[in-house]
Amino acid sequence: MVEIRMHGRGGQGAVVACKILASALFKEGKFAQSFPAFGVERRGAPVQAFTRVDDKPIHLRTEIYEPDLLVVLDPTLLYTIDVTSGLKEGNKILINSPKPARDFEISQKYDVKTVDASRIAVANQLGSVSNPIVNTAILGAFSKFTGVIGIRAILAAIRESVPVHPDENARAAQQAFDEFVN
Amino acid sequence: MGLVLNEKMKKYFDPETISEIKVIEGTHSASYAVELARVKVISAFPITPQTSIVEKLSEMCDRGELDAQFIKVESEHSAMAAVIGSEATGARSFTATSSQGLALMHEVLHWAAGARLPIVMANVNRALGPPWNIWADQTDSLAQRETGWIQFYCESNQEVLDTILMAYKLGEKVMLPVMVNMDAFFLSHTSEPVAIPKQELVDQFLPPYNPELKLDTDHPHAFGGLAMPNQYMELRYNIQKSMEEADRLIPEISREYARLMGRDHGAQIEEYRTDGADYLLFTSGTIAGTTRLVIDEYREKGIKIGMVKIRTFRPFPSRELREATRRCKKVGVIDRNISFGQSGIFFSETKAALYNSDHHPLMNGYIAGLGGRDVTPTNIREIADHLINSKEGQDLIWIGVKNESKTN
Repeated sequence: MVEIRMHGRGGQGAVVACKILASALFKEGKFAQSFPAFGVERRGAPVQAFTRVDDKPIHLRTEIYEPDLLVVLDPTLLYTIDVTSGLKEGNKILINSPKPARDFEISQKYDVKTVDASRIAVANQLGSVSNPIVNTAILGAFSKFTGVIGIRAILAAIRESVPVHPDENARAAQQAFDEFVN
Repeated sequence: MGLVLNEKMKKYFDPETISEIKVIEGTHSASYAVELARVKVISAFPITPQTSIVEKLSEMCDRGELDAQFIKVESEHSAMAAVIGSEATGARSFTATSSQGLALMHEVLHWAAGARLPIVMANVNRALGPPWNIWADQTDSLAQRETGWIQFYCESNQEVLDTILMAYKLGEKVMLPVMVNMDAFFLSHTSEPVAIPKQELVDQFLPPYNPELKLDTDHPHAFGGLAMPNQYMELRYNIQKSMEEADRLIPEISREYARLMGRDHGAQIEEYRTDGADYLLFTSGTIAGTTRLVIDEYREKGIKIGMVKIRTFRPFPSRELREATRRCKKVGVIDRNISFGQSGIFFSETKAALYNSDHHPLMNGYIAGLGGRDVTPTNIREIADHLINSKEGQDLIWIGVKNESKTN
């Protein structure tokens, strides 16, 4: 089983990203489960969402305390909450940021990569400069960085489950995938 | 277009019985079941975390995918009153609620059962306030124990869909309403693969609802008359007899469903690795899923422990639980609910069921996960270890309470 935890802020789409990821994983023939940290959704508040993936049905019904992979949609969260809690040393963290990974102190302990998902989102008309909707762009980079999921399944799941601007969202994911360097 | 599944998935899903597999939340799993059951009337009032069940249904009605009347109301009490009216006309009806909403319905829940109307309701188990809390807790539905509703508790989104279909079949056979419960968030807002059965198989399983007596202007009848002391008691006797009939029918209906759809969730209870078990953990809802993993872990180590998942609360599976505990030494019941001044509710019901049994295992009652607190494998290991080491039974053991006073 692989456990993925995503940290974002209300409105960035972490919950939806985890759902898309679960749908995409199922398309690849794996069992997946996704759910939000059970908070009351408020715009701008720290949000967590989770996805589990396994080769067999998933019976575990708890939040993810020891993730294998971490995604951070807003880098300011790194300074306000303990996002790496429970993450094993050397494990992968994907951060939405224009800065290189070495600018983040945690890159000394973990395998950190960054992607400028905010810029890619805005370039694809997803949200505004002050409030970009970064969840689909980050999934493109996630696919290339982790290899847990293929980009084709991500694109298909986006087209199926995103009700507004499915094409723009799919393009953002593809662009992030193409730009991301492992 | 036929459903294409890889070999691995074919172990778990039978493409012959399925139209589609959707990765959906528990709430939407309930909505799709209602669509498949060809429900004619839906009435509901929004309340978190139930709302997405009826949001989805209202979309289906709006798009014409579901040929049903959606009645908007100003409260849960009215929602239940509306489906009491519609069900009395012979229209298959549905509503959904949660927590405070269910509590507000309480008065009319008695009416639905007493009037012998087989309404099906999805309840998302959510804590009662104050303090305000929208997370998982079963006390809302368990507090409706005496209303005459059949009650089911589900562990997965698939079980929610399948149980709602079986609930209509069962309720319409015994003429009693049925409540299908799912844990807030742990099911209601968790997305996972759910097999949507083929409509023709559902139609074969669940024929149209056609009650013997209904409100019909062409064939007038009087309903809801006064029952004098020389009549009332027999009507109560009849409800109890129908509950007993439901107890007899649940295994039969589960088998028929399993034969048609290839999925079996057990009947009143499901036993998991109970063969030769010295210790049994009893639980219900999503805690059962996590408990399975701990049972596997302990069995690996050679510890003879198993789980009994309780699926029905009314009728209470006394006979099945006596049978399941016949050879075990100790039973621990995990309750995500509490009856203040007593103990966990499944615990006290189970203890009562075993009193007239010839075998009396040691029994412990554990309270865990109230108000949506996570019940982790660590919590369940703590419970299992405590049970295994217990020298005498204890009715009330709190798991994971901070600053528990040791003196009280």
